Amino acid sequence: MDLDPLLLSRIQFAFTVSFHIIFPSFTIGLAAWLAVVEGLWLYTGRRVYYELARFWTKIFAVSFAMGVVSGIVMSYEFGTNWSQFSNIAAPVIGPLLAYEVLTAFFLEASFLGIMLFGWNRVPRGVHFATTCIVAVGTTVSAFWILSANSWMQTPAGFAIENGRFVPTDWFELIFNPSFPYRFMHMVTAAFLSTGLVVGGVGAWYLLRRRNLPHGRIMVAMAVGLLAVLAPAQLIIGDMHGLNTMEHQPRKVAAMEGHWETKTGAPLILFAVPDQEAQTNHFEIGIPNLGSLILTHEWNGEVHGLDQWAPEDQPNVPIVFYSFRVMVGIGLAMIALGLTGAFLGLRRRLFESRWFLTVQALMTPLGFVAVLAGWFVTEVGRQPYIVYGLMRTSEAVSPVPGGSVLATLILFVVVYGIIFGAGMFYMFRLAKKGPEADQGEPAHGTPARPLSAAGDAAAPAE
Amino acid sequence: MEFWLPVIWSVVIAIAVIMYVVLDGFDLGIGILFPFAEHDQDRDIMMNSVAPIWDGNETWLVLGGGGLMAVFPVAYATILPALYLPIIVMLLALVFRGVAFEFRFKAAPRNRWWWNLAFAGGSTLAAFAQGVTLGAFIQGFQIQDNQFVGGPFDWLSAFALLTGFGLVAGYALLGATWLIMKTEGALQDWTYERTVPLMSVVLLFVLAVSAWTPFLENTIHQRWFSWPNIALLSPVPIVTALVLFQLWRAVNLRREIQPFVLSIALFLLCYLGLGISLYPTVVPHTVTVWEAASETSSLIFMLVGVAILLPIILAYTAYTYWVFRGKVQPGEGYH
Ligand code: HDD
Ligand code: HEM
Ligand code: HEM
Repeated sequence: MDLDPLLLSRIQFAFTVSFHIIFPSFTIGLAAWLAVVEGLWLYTGRRVYYELARFWTKIFAVSFAMGVVSGIVMSYEFGTNWSQFSNIAAPVIGPLLAYEVLTAFFLEASFLGIMLFGWNRVPRGVHFATTCIVAVGTTVSAFWILSANSWMQTPAGFAIENGRFVPTDWFELIFNPSFPYRFMHMVTAAFLSTGLVVGGVGAWYLLRRRNLPHGRIMVAMAVGLLAVLAPAQLIIGDMHGLNTMEHQPRKVAAMEGHWETKTGAPLILFAVPDQEAQTNHFEIGIPNLGSLILTHEWNGEVHGLDQWAPEDQPNVPIVFYSFRVMVGIGLAMIALGLTGAFLGLRRRLFESRWFLTVQALMTPLGFVAVLAGWFVTEVGRQPYIVYGLMRTSEAVSPVPGGSVLATLILFVVVYGIIFGAGMFYMFRLAKKGPEADQGEPAHGTPARPLSAAGDAAAPAE
Repeated sequence: MEFWLPVIWSVVIAIAVIMYVVLDGFDLGIGILFPFAEHDQDRDIMMNSVAPIWDGNETWLVLGGGGLMAVFPVAYATILPALYLPIIVMLLALVFRGVAFEFRFKAAPRNRWWWNLAFAGGSTLAAFAQGVTLGAFIQGFQIQDNQFVGGPFDWLSAFALLTGFGLVAGYALLGATWLIMKTEGALQDWTYERTVPLMSVVLLFVLAVSAWTPFLENTIHQRWFSWPNIALLSPVPIVTALVLFQLWRAVNLRREIQPFVLSIALFLLCYLGLGISLYPTVVPHTVTVWEAASETSSLIFMLVGVAILLPIILAYTAYTYWVFRGKVQPGEGYH
């Protein structure tokens, strides 16, 4: 049997990076929220904020650990699986990743220790500063890695010399055309996903009539965040899409399901794209709306996939469906946020059981949207690894398919175990809730382990 | 510039790698010693002694790998495919042991052994895979046109297995001397007792690897045994012998901090020996630092960052160690 190292490497990379991104999405948002809650505690002196901070820090610790270990894998996979890409693009990508390590990873990883285990070792103010530093670190890390990724989508500020990508203008390179949109969109996505989790757990407490003071704060803060950021995400996403249309038209054609170039193109709501026949089946669309959204003109011309040979097209069904999943979830978040805000203004937010049920059910959807969004972005870039310049098939390492298959199987098994256990522990922590901490003695029982799961007696000054 | 930049960078990368080896070395060493501890409470203390700092330690591995890509892309792009299997195995082992820090304390008591196993097994396997990587690296790879052209098991050799086991022993020694420093009472006694036999094992590995290395490659032999090098370099083995002797004394005198410092010195000396054997190649015996280097503008851009940021990183790393200074108390828990 012929094992194709290219296909297997793509599957392996997609699997490992998809696993990884779930945790950053949560840690970026949660770190920022923890900083806010801890700040509120110092400002108001209300114990409930302290308990919230301690409680969510434990869940944060589990997520962070999984983010770190899966991230280290990613940074080596560039060499193990994409060595030709690394070699040719290193002068551009390498410094961005190096700056990520120097400005973000060390910061997060070092101060994380104090954040988790330093409650009684440093004064309150220093601890708060530490939490803020970790939060800043996660966002700075997103800055650099998204810059690297955006450069692969919309390369700028470089020249090609001796078969290598060589930087010519670092500013243009870092702030390449799609980067500002991608960074805004991704950080907002992280906040939204975290908001759904925090609000979902809070709603579940209220439905169960336990941890009421904590649950109310969680639900109210999440609803406030969603009501503002979910509509904002729609606007950012639209701008992002317009930018993509300018720089990566074939990705947009795949997202929209447009096979033919035409004026007054419809907005296709649903269809079954058929790549082989280069057409859609069962298409349901709204006439002219596609042109209106993409060109902001009733009869604007929209490029279809017919502009490119079939071997130069991305996989249309994946891009097309993923895009609808992401936007669908985005619209659901807007509905949730606005409904919640409306109920809140009428002071019925914490009593309305149907709303709380919906909110609890939506807990995991943010991560689904994040993954769907990345599938649009990455699959839509194919068949290129550096859009328009370097094909993915030219990027792969000279490693036999058998090796890649073996490691792919190992990754699936190991990540399956880790993910299962991590989810289980996070669920169990969430189920116990913040109040479970209060009964514990101030000075841990003997053999009390050192993990983030310490007890919640407020530290001395 | 063209000459000095790659030289400066090879020093920076070398520092990142040895920082990783020493810092993550002792916390991997804790994992290697883990199964031998007598009580689960001792295991709690062992783990607690590194829980707040292991993540920062492991970040040096990311700097080493990311830095290698950024600075010597040719090396990164040939070595990693050549060592594909041991590197992925190392990464997966690090996954297990990394999450064990969080999971072990969250598991129900009857499921704890699972994460004990993940921590000990992951640490040992990661150390072993790093040692194998080192051995294979010293031996060199089949390369044509800046590409690896060998097979998936080229790294597997008696020498690589030797360095694999050697590094496990070396990390265990670092871990043991760290524990001497961070613990007291019965656990400290237990560690003192284990340290002397561990030292002898390490000594054997150091001797075996040092004796074997010059015969792997003629250039290495030349480097060490030609005149006047043999005279200039003779301090390296002599100082190593002195350090080992002093380490043995310090343990017998039950010094608390000296053993750890001396174990680090031992690692530094072995590393120096390695550097002497291989410099100026980054892909041993074939590609030099100048041939492997990235674009000048990339090297300068990053050097600015390193010059500013590395001192800051070292400063706050020192601060976190200082916050968690002193002996780990049983059941203290940093709540
Ligand atoms: C939008 C944000 C984002 C994206 C797209 C990625 N990461 Fe990530 N990564 C983070 C945001 C992040 C983070 C928030 O900084 C993490 C997650 C949890 C954590 O501990 O730090 C992290 C951890 C993390 C680590 C461990 C850092 C440490 O030792 O503390 C490495 C080496 C990487 N990542 C590397 C990568 C690579 C090579 C990626 C691309 C293929 C990647 N990440 C995508
Ligand atoms: C973190 C969220 C991300 C997700 C979920 C994601 C998802 C994917 C997927 C699904 C593929 C496979 C596409 C295909 O082969 O059809 C892929 C490929 C790839 N991505 Fe990403 N990606 C993410 C971020 C990044 C970042 C930040 C970078 C680089 C800085 C990156 C670099 C690559 C590379 C090098 C490949 C392999 C070559 C290729 O198939 O194009 N990815 N990613
Ligand atoms: C509500 C309407 C939304 C619109 C119009 C929208 C639009 C887009 C577009 C056009 C892209 C592809 C950009 C490209 O590859 O060039 C994208 C990617 C992405 N989307 Fe959305 N999006 C929306 C909602 C969401 C939501 C709710 C989330 C998650 C909570 C999300 C997460 C992502 C992510 C993670 C990516 C990949 C990274 C990137 O390229 O920015 N999106 N989005």
